[in-house]
Amino acid sequence: MRDPLSKKVISIQPSGIRKFFDIVSEMKDAISLGVGEPDFDTPWHIREEGIYSLEKGRTFYTSNSGIKELKIEICRYLDRRFGLQYDYEHETLVTVGGSEAIDLALRAMINPGDEVLIPQPCYVSYHPCTVLAGGVPVIINLKGENDFKLTRQELVSAITKKTKILILPYPNNPTGSVMDYDDLKALVDVIIENDLYVISDEIYSELTYKNRHVSIASFPGMRERTIVINGFSKSYAMTGWRLGYAVGPENIIEQMTKIHQFAIMCAPTTSQYAAVEALRNGDSDVEAMRDAYDKRRRFLVHAFKKMELPCFEPFGAFYVFPCIKSLNMTSDEFATKLLMEEKVAVVPGTAFGECGEGYVRISYAYSIDNLKIAMDRMERFIRKYK
Amino acid sequence: MREKILAAIDKNSKLSAQDLAIMLGSTEEEVKAVIKQLEDEHIICGYPTLINWDKVKCERVTALIEVKVTPQRGLGFDKVAERIYQFDEVQSVYLMSGGFDLTVIIEGKTMKEVANFVSAKLAPMEGVQSTATHFVLKKYKEHGLPLEQEKLDERMLISP
Repeated sequence: MRDPLSKKVISIQPSGIRKFFDIVSEMKDAISLGVGEPDFDTPWHIREEGIYSLEKGRTFYTSNSGIKELKIEICRYLDRRFGLQYDYEHETLVTVGGSEAIDLALRAMINPGDEVLIPQPCYVSYHPCTVLAGGVPVIINLKGENDFKLTRQELVSAITKKTKILILPYPNNPTGSVMDYDDLKALVDVIIENDLYVISDEIYSELTYKNRHVSIASFPGMRERTIVINGFSKSYAMTGWRLGYAVGPENIIEQMTKIHQFAIMCAPTTSQYAAVEALRNGDSDVEAMRDAYDKRRRFLVHAFKKMELPCFEPFGAFYVFPCIKSLNMTSDEFATKLLMEEKVAVVPGTAFGECGEGYVRISYAYSIDNLKIAMDRMERFIRKYK
Repeated sequence: MREKILAAIDKNSKLSAQDLAIMLGSTEEEVKAVIKQLEDEHIICGYPTLINWDKVKCERVTALIEVKVTPQRGLGFDKVAERIYQFDEVQSVYLMSGGFDLTVIIEGKTMKEVANFVSAKLAPMEGVQSTATHFVLKKYKEHGLPLEQEKLDERMLISP
């Protein structure tokens, strides 16, 4: 029999998180700090709107790019929050989560051999999606001493004649790092001079704790070469609704919509109606959740300081990324031992790229009470091995 | 800082000054001083515990009583309200707009005890025109917190 499988697909490594997930699932009464989604329920008025849409029998496909009201609200929102102006008809596409939008953007833009710059540590899907789209992933290893920001120098050294796309994943999962206005500004002329396109994954844009998020698309000359990806999962605690979107230049969005049309048809209808409510009346929910995360963030940063575990202060997303090199263990060993001995699950930094070695990702999408217990256990663990 | 502290302890008065200082980016001394001040100004009026008495083998009856009152010249409703809230059985007293004047929430051991209170103390009180008593059958949510047990964390233990 012939090999039924695609060589390309086989060449892709399964996510490093998966392996760890299997171990954690076996453990009962473990406290997990390994979750990459909010602990809040979707605010009730948003859920209620979804229920209402079902009651009204809105159970059909929507137009491929999403319902008009939602696209209008998305554009209003982006303008209101980040000063980004997009046309809802031609420059907006509603997708099944931000992840679909990432995949579509890569597939719509990559020609065989095109190089895609991926700053790591980062979310796990950019690399495999690039490979599947026929591109060549080029990893930029970010550094702890720069708070895992992408520097101008790092960008310049990674660019070759074949470089076409830069992925810009800020606020960042897993490091919690953000790129402020000045950090982005330093990259803009390099991007333009080298005629690069940017896929800016801004899914955590509402979760910043110092300054409001700045989108690279808001810089002069960047709008026409940037696909902005965002969604409802993190800001409105709507992960299970699977709803995201992409905005960008019409020619790219048009091709992305084409793939979406054939592969997906349309994003879930119920979710789209609920999302309209989220954008219209959800600002105070976002603020309340951000406020809660911020308290926990301070709590964790303080706890690591007390443990004398080096950790830069993260100003975005809901992750802390402490350095565990002083314990003479690999990230994997650290995470496994911590789980076995203290029943606390964290994710090894290496799950997000090789340069995550020496770090672990700790999520604060948990209640303070939970975090307190976990930090007590972790402190005991660290005292033991230091 | 005052508003921040109040918002933080509104739903959880168990947070220590140290916790609050860490979470709000302040110092323990400052938090303690602000809380002291809030207590002195009677902005923080107490630290009761939210108990679901239904789960304890301890009979308790709650009633909400609508009270119509004749306001007194110069004193309005305050005098009558004060006379009512002095009773230990009374949990809350609110002045209302609409069809009646005061909402009085009473807690008693038995229905009879509550009925006695209304007929012997509240209804005959000077200035009270009429009362309508409603017994509470079940409490679902108080002080912004559902009384049912919190649901379990259904998220996957590890996710990217």
